[in-house]
Amino acid sequence: MSSIQQAGLAELATMLRDRKISSVELTQHFLDRIAEFDRVLNAFITVDRERSLAGARDADKVIAAGKAGALTGIPIAHKDIFCTRGWLTSCGSKMLANFISPYDAHLIERFAEAGAVILGKTNMDEFAMGSSTETSFFGPVKNPWDTGAVPGGSSGGSAACIAARLAPAATATDTGGSIRQPAAFTGVCGLKPTYGLVSRYGMIAFASSLDQAGPMAKSAADVAQLLNVMAGFDARDSTSVERAAEDYARDLGAPLAGLRIGLPREYFGEGLAPDVGRAVEGALAQFRKLGALIVDISLPASGHAVPVYYVIAPAEASSNLSRFDGVRYGHRAPAYADLADMYCKTRAQGFGDEVKRRILIGTYVLSHGYYDAYYLKAQKIRRLIARDYADAFKRCDVIMGPTAPSVAFEFSAKSEDPVQMYLNDIYTVAANLAGLPAMSIPCGFGDKGRPVGLQITGDYFAEAKMLRVAHQYQLATDWHARVPQGVKGL
Amino acid sequence: MTISLDDVRRVAYLARIEVTDAEVVAVHEKLAGVFGMIEQMQKIDTEGVEPMSHGQDIPLRQRADKVTEIDRHEAFQAIAPQVENSLYLVPRVIE
Repeated sequence: MSSIQQAGLAELATMLRDRKISSVELTQHFLDRIAEFDRVLNAFITVDRERSLAGARDADKVIAAGKAGALTGIPIAHKDIFCTRGWLTSCGSKMLANFISPYDAHLIERFAEAGAVILGKTNMDEFAMGSSTETSFFGPVKNPWDTGAVPGGSSGGSAACIAARLAPAATATDTGGSIRQPAAFTGVCGLKPTYGLVSRYGMIAFASSLDQAGPMAKSAADVAQLLNVMAGFDARDSTSVERAAEDYARDLGAPLAGLRIGLPREYFGEGLAPDVGRAVEGALAQFRKLGALIVDISLPASGHAVPVYYVIAPAEASSNLSRFDGVRYGHRAPAYADLADMYCKTRAQGFGDEVKRRILIGTYVLSHGYYDAYYLKAQKIRRLIARDYADAFKRCDVIMGPTAPSVAFEFSAKSEDPVQMYLNDIYTVAANLAGLPAMSIPCGFGDKGRPVGLQITGDYFAEAKMLRVAHQYQLATDWHARVPQGVKGL
Repeated sequence: MTISLDDVRRVAYLARIEVTDAEVVAVHEKLAGVFGMIEQMQKIDTEGVEPMSHGQDIPLRQRADKVTEIDRHEAFQAIAPQVENSLYLVPRVIE
């Protein structure tokens, strides 16, 4: 059955259509693996065997009727940030630990239309606020490559379940690196699309001008196929972009000769761990062999992206999370004196420390007398960051660098010091601030055999080009096909 | 500019998050660290730069002012902490 674990989505679709395997068998296979390994990894918050198998039985009927779509019968895991009708949708928080969603997110509808089976809901940092999945109310996720290390975050559950081959693919979200950094830490592929490409409807909001949903999978080819399902206009999200549908897999086969790769010198200086630097240099050498040209570029304002991000994201979060008040859904404090006390106690009990911290930061920077010094200032630097990218893309086709400054770190290594945790986002937050697409693909291993991610950033709506770049690299290398040694016997 | 203990208490109330006297010092210490990092923004010259609020700087689309939702209040209220006669209940505000 190991071939099923390594099979790409197109291969699985073919096996299903040719009746080599049924959706029930395929779903059962991954449910069995989850039952075996997830006690240790904790990648899932909710697994509902019967419900998933019922979905698989329906898919088998569709296949039997000859009406299979691209993903019909393929089990996909969804980050627990996407409202899923009839499923617990907790966002990793005590606040929503009793929230059975009465409706589906747009993305969940899209996957249902494509015929995918829901395999379960994946663990995550509370309200997607974190870079290690240690802030989840449901306990941390372990990195399948080394269970003493974090899987990254906030989409640590989606990343870990793919790395351990507990799911063929998963959905995730990225506000400041929450798809790319866990992808890097666990040796899988993840893409944050251009802002506006995937509808945010039914995706629990963190920072609305930065939040973007995207796919995670074993290979760039699978990511392209998932993006084909996820992307598209939705009137229910006011920032959803209206543009013609495209096939993100259309250019995968095109060679890279003449491709100009921009290397921002700021990404290779102080703060980058030598083992990560070596793996990224190795990837660049491979791209040269494939005919790409390296162009030296500079993104000077990106050095300030972390402070800018930690003003703008908390400011938007403080507004978005005001909806959790114990009145319409979710947690309500059992005892309180009056209405104000009910709000204060409900929110003190329902939110964890990191979420509270970000709400307090955001409330402060938006409060009277501080707005100009913090929020407005951050928005101005945000423009400088976007301008740097615009200048860079006049000289190159894609930008490459490390996804994160180090390989996966140990549990508790940074969770007591928020600034250290935030600085882990140094290479990822700028793409969110500019609204650009960016992805991470595995490019080798660093210290202690932990995976290293290569970040590929593209211009607006350049996803097809980025996926081609990643796919051509994956045709020439096998980093993405490596499986954690420990998983078999975890 | 540094955030004070009183700022923390004030902001916690604005955000409607109870921070007890036992917690406030620890909360303040971590916030002060974060603001220490945020302060480095002040060194950057942003004279004449327009603020950017959206990744692609495009205006939000507006929709027609018409009802598009169907009435599902029973499903939505079934998950509420306290409901009576289709109304969400909260503690009495006016005596």
